[in-house]
Amino acid sequence: MCNVCGCGEGEVRIEGSAVPHHHHHHHGHDHHHDHAHDHCELHHYGEGPAGVAVPGMSQSRLVTLEQDILAKNNGYAAANRRFFAERGILALNLVSSPGSGKTTLLVRTIEELEGRFPAYVIEGDQQTSADAERIRATGAPALQINTGKGCHLDGHMVGHAVEHLDPAAGSVLFIENVGNLVCPAAFDLGEAHKVAILSVTEGEDKPLKYPDMFAAADLVLLNKTDLLPHLDFDVAAAVANARKVNPAIEVLRVSARSGEGLVEWLAWIAAARERVEATQGAAASQFNAQTG
Amino acid sequence: MHEMSICQSILQTLEEQARLQNFSRVERVCLEIGPLSGVEIEALKFGFDVVMRNSLAAEASLEIIECPAQAWCLPCAATVPIGQRFDACPRCGSHQLQVTGGEELRIKELEVN
Repeated sequence: MCNVCGCGEGEVRIEGSAVPHHHHHHHGHDHHHDHAHDHCELHHYGEGPAGVAVPGMSQSRLVTLEQDILAKNNGYAAANRRFFAERGILALNLVSSPGSGKTTLLVRTIEELEGRFPAYVIEGDQQTSADAERIRATGAPALQINTGKGCHLDGHMVGHAVEHLDPAAGSVLFIENVGNLVCPAAFDLGEAHKVAILSVTEGEDKPLKYPDMFAAADLVLLNKTDLLPHLDFDVAAAVANARKVNPAIEVLRVSARSGEGLVEWLAWIAAARERVEATQGAAASQFNAQTG
Repeated sequence: MHEMSICQSILQTLEEQARLQNFSRVERVCLEIGPLSGVEIEALKFGFDVVMRNSLAAEASLEIIECPAQAWCLPCAATVPIGQRFDACPRCGSHQLQVTGGEELRIKELEVN
């Protein structure tokens, strides 16, 4: 099993190639430890809870760690974030339940972008490369990560995917996470923003039922609004619920089918992209000059 | 659902620390977990036993300190206790709350030998 993502060994595949994992498993010791540890370089017998060593008695000591359990993932995410910053890439982590219309909205978004800036897509699903194929049909480079038994993408997988995809400077990288409103909330991928997609065929209480995700997101795309006339969905209640969880969250109404709100959504992306460029500062213009 | 991955991360940290701090067996793992961390403690306990099997922490006991969830209320300008993310301020009823505690997901200390 992979230590980083908890997926079954060899289960994570990036478009057919298994992700290389460096495993440092220390398996069961075949000797007993009821004697002094002569293989240890440090022998300190006064660090136990008692603060003294008594010959013949087993000795344990306290190690204070205060370490974040997700520190490893956060390290990978930080490396991704540095890479994105160096290249002036806007990375967006798209999260939602399965069936909210993420891929359809993404296809439509890329079409509407009309090449104003280059777009790249990383698709996360348990199985199949169907979504990456749909994206590639738009002409945008896309890469599929299959998480196998995993329920979320993590910083490690995205780092490998970015290596393969090699997104250009100044581009927008859409990372479509596994359809799941629970686990992806905890795993930073190095993105600039999490964007939660909530379709109006779901309940308006979803932000309250899955508060972690809506607390972690900066923007909600209320999708499939063309269906509103046929539903009892209360838009105001959905927005109010999202703001209960996250008072600063922005909400845009969109429909991949009718095109409603796509202008605003593209404007939001453009503004986020400008912020990335602005923070990139002088180093960025130098980098862009070098890479043309 | 990701409690197993969390346990894998804990095991990885234990193995790293074993190398760095020269210990070969973990007797007790003490975690600090907040109610807003997205982790279900019962599922974590279950995953812990499964993941630690045949490892340096195979016989380790798991101790969990549950941290309180707190938020800064803008209108009250005070730290207030909350139960969940969408709770209103217990004093003024506002939702203008900034979560300040309860997201902990930390290994506090280990007892090793």
